[in-house]
Amino acid sequence: MVPKELRCLQTHEWAKREEDSGIITVGLTDYAIEQLGDIVFLELPAVGDKVTKESEFCTIESVKAASDLYAPVSGEIVEINESLTENLELFKADPYGQAWIVKIKAEDIAEFESLMNAEDYEKQLKG
Amino acid sequence: MPFIANTAQQRKQMLSEIGLSMDDLFADIPSELMRENFNLPIQASEMEVLKYLAELAGKNSTHLTCFLGGGFYDHFIPSAVYSIVSRSEFYTAYTPYQPELSQGTLQAIYEYQSVICRLCGMEAANASLYDGGTALCEAMMMALRITGRNKIIIDDSVNPIYRVMIQSYTRNLNIELDETHCTAGMANRNEIMSLLDEDTSAVILQNPNFFGCIDDFSEIAEAAHKKGVLLIVSCYPISLGILKTPGEMGADIVTGEGQSLGLPMSFGGPYLGFMATKKKYVRKMPGRIIGKTTDTKGREGYVLTLQTREQHIRRDKATSNICSNEALCALTASVYLSLLGKEGLKETAQLCADKTAYAYQRITSIPAVKPCFKGRWFFNEFVIDLPTDAADVIGSLIEKGFAAGFPLSRYYKNMEDSMLIAVTEKRTKQEIDMLAEALEAVL
Amino acid sequence: MKLIFEKSIPGRRGVLPAKSDVPTTIDIKNELLRQNDAELSELSELDVVRHFTELSHRNFGVDTNFYPLGSCTMKYNPKVAERIAAFPGFADLHPLMPQLRMGGLLTQGALKVLYEMDMLLREITGMAGFTMQPLAGAHGELTGIMITAAYHRDKGNKKTTVLIPDSAHGTNPASAAIAGYKVVTVPSNKNGVMDLDALKSMINDQTAGLMLTCPNTLGIFNSHIKEICDIIHSVDGLAYYDGANLNAIIGKACPADFGFDIVHLNLHKTFATPHGGGGPGAGPVGVTDKLLDYLPVSIVVKRNDGTYALEYDRPKSIGYIAPFYGNFGIILRAYVYILMLGKEGLKRIAENAVLNANYIRVKLQKYYDLPYPGLCKHECVFSASRQAKKGVHAIDIAKSLIDAGFHPPTVYFPTIVPEALMIEPTETESKETLDGFIDTMITIAKTAESQPEKLKSSPNTTPVSRLDEASAARNLDIASL
Repeated sequence: MVPKELRCLQTHEWAKREEDSGIITVGLTDYAIEQLGDIVFLELPAVGDKVTKESEFCTIESVKAASDLYAPVSGEIVEINESLTENLELFKADPYGQAWIVKIKAEDIAEFESLMNAEDYEKQLKG
Repeated sequence: MPFIANTAQQRKQMLSEIGLSMDDLFADIPSELMRENFNLPIQASEMEVLKYLAELAGKNSTHLTCFLGGGFYDHFIPSAVYSIVSRSEFYTAYTPYQPELSQGTLQAIYEYQSVICRLCGMEAANASLYDGGTALCEAMMMALRITGRNKIIIDDSVNPIYRVMIQSYTRNLNIELDETHCTAGMANRNEIMSLLDEDTSAVILQNPNFFGCIDDFSEIAEAAHKKGVLLIVSCYPISLGILKTPGEMGADIVTGEGQSLGLPMSFGGPYLGFMATKKKYVRKMPGRIIGKTTDTKGREGYVLTLQTREQHIRRDKATSNICSNEALCALTASVYLSLLGKEGLKETAQLCADKTAYAYQRITSIPAVKPCFKGRWFFNEFVIDLPTDAADVIGSLIEKGFAAGFPLSRYYKNMEDSMLIAVTEKRTKQEIDMLAEALEAVL
Repeated sequence: MKLIFEKSIPGRRGVLPAKSDVPTTIDIKNELLRQNDAELSELSELDVVRHFTELSHRNFGVDTNFYPLGSCTMKYNPKVAERIAAFPGFADLHPLMPQLRMGGLLTQGALKVLYEMDMLLREITGMAGFTMQPLAGAHGELTGIMITAAYHRDKGNKKTTVLIPDSAHGTNPASAAIAGYKVVTVPSNKNGVMDLDALKSMINDQTAGLMLTCPNTLGIFNSHIKEICDIIHSVDGLAYYDGANLNAIIGKACPADFGFDIVHLNLHKTFATPHGGGGPGAGPVGVTDKLLDYLPVSIVVKRNDGTYALEYDRPKSIGYIAPFYGNFGIILRAYVYILMLGKEGLKRIAENAVLNANYIRVKLQKYYDLPYPGLCKHECVFSASRQAKKGVHAIDIAKSLIDAGFHPPTVYFPTIVPEALMIEPTETESKETLDGFIDTMITIAKTAESQPEKLKSSPNTTPVSRLDEASAARNLDIASL
């Protein structure tokens, strides 16, 4: 279940706005993690990389699939969760907390506001 | 009907059990698209086919003493290679998708991957590519993926057939190919260094090069790495019995042709493309990879791994489109190297070098013959310059019973009078003496 | 089982090279030599033979038992082909021989094999000319796409996309992408075949071509195939036939008649050359008249005096996609196979292959879901979704088959069928073998109903049980160094 305050992409990334800042934390929903199966590798982008809304910014690999992750907003990567790459079990254990993947400094916060909310995301999963 | 087991009676029974006729089985193909007649030869029995193909085999001149090289060599293949590789559990199996049933293939290929790493001085290898040329193309694509840049520097001392293949592969792609011109039989360092910049993805070199000359690319590797450029080296596996490895030189990706490792020359294939790299580039490497793991009871076993990079999962984002590879040829290479062993490979390599040195001495002592690249170290091939067209000389020598060498004019401008001679451990002193005598007589 | 390196005994020798008979010994300068010997194993010939013999006992081939891997056509490999490929007249032939003066005359036997294969494959597929160069099916696909690109470049067309069905084998989109095209996926309709309306709406002037296999990966023949090719032609696109499933129609119909412009064949599938544990294969590519100029260099031609020669002067060719003439040893084996089947035999291949597949389909349809019921061709695709409800997945069924002595069918492909089980028996299997397989599948279905847990721990009769693939990928160990 996706925490209510988060926003989501149809491609199963979640996004959280840090306080009132322009920093957006990004991760993967528990649904996506379930679908992937055993996660074996995470290839993080570098701090400073520029990303575009709905373009790939990173790759995650499980035994069955290698998937691209899509950025919820355009901007610059300001932080990456390096320790996650050594502790992939955190994805299953704490998908919305310790398994955050990157933090993006959003160019235009309106892009975040226009994202689907958690409730709508859960609805369209069922539908 | 050969190979089809069911009798007419059985077919009839099967059709009746499922309530269909033979026509029903093809009712989904529109009748206007069905064809009744195919103009093919009438069925031949095994006996007839053996006789006919034996005749065809007899029309190929394999009796000529072979001094042809150019990347493909007449090496000795131990008999045990054939007996092992012709075991039907190996050759009638397919890709080990069900690992519990395929530990034989999986462990054999894991051992092959290991042996390639040990031979080339690298950390990771794949389960095979089609041949040395496509392996080099794949290495180039891998370098482009790793660096994100699109310029490639390649010296013309690299096998010309491989260079033509690279050109064919890159025609539709946005890649800049810069060819440097070898000087005095060696890769042109100055030209390469001057072209190296932040747009360059990789430098492609070969050791020993097409002319048989031995080199050390450590200097080039260092200069390349300073600019974030990768070094790709295509190498000759038998030579690695004694020569400095691409790994020791600082190569990032190593490829080569494994035909010399127990595979017959077989008029062009099947061959074996091998590829090895550094651990950090493993996820960018194309081809199948076998990994070690444990089963539910904690026992060691082997599986296909990192499959998510491959075509059957990643599809249009795959590292390569390769599916069927050269698995049986990889097994052959592993068996060959196991039979020769550490000392056997060294001795074979030394034999090639010694016999080639003898041939070089004997042949260049003919007054009309000059060595093309004097003062260079070579492994099992060297180039000689003749006073006349090399292709004509080779033609005359065929009549005397020798496939004496390869005329370089085919691939290199202004080398009409030069020919490439290869000597392997199979060539005897007598054969070399007779070649020298025949050559002297022809000139 | 120990690795070969772990069995090594320092100083032990295997096959001994001959002693040198030349007076020279060359000491290449030290800077060019490797500092340490290559760490190869040191074993006797017997040690090595035993090691690989033991490995072979841990393997399974067509010669072992039924191997119904869908999409792979695991038919019997004729032994006479192995014998012929080993003739020194073929095995000891250096590929550069034809490039010597008079070299063509030295290789007439080999050139004839290549020429004859071109002619035979033309007859079998209806295409106008073949290249034998591609070294595997996927390599053939890449060649076909490169020919497509050359054709469009020559005509001044600006094409950027290739259409591929959602049920396609992964090599199709991978090949298109490597050749520089963008892949556009065409959906299948509720009958499991290409949605014609979707196709019509998706083609435009950017469409370079379509890659299709027919029957498709569900084993279903699309009777609108000619219409599909016509639709592609209407935008000057080229229709590419993935010949992996030729076993369903060989000797009964020709891809050229369906409207295809380019065809690749898998000699290691339809033409019975051995799979080798993963390869080598061969993927010859055939084209229609308008594309002949683009075929790779070189082609074997027959001169007026009846001799065979290699033709290199092909200015519009896509170049070299392999160093020489293709995987000659494999092409030779396929040639032997075609000669032994001959005119009469060729028809029987598809007839028996399709009968065998439908026999399995009808006998198992009560026990396993058939997502696309109705006639199949040489392979049928079931879904284990009924069993999955009881917790028994396609993988459990596969592993249980192993304990019964069979190689499992292909699982989880095509991806458009959940819990897919793709069964391709081929024509070389007998009724008794099929009956044995059917009985086992029925037993598994019944066990899945009554005692599903029994199937989760299989296989139990193999040297290893299920292996931890996640750990293999996470703790990567791909070489013993």
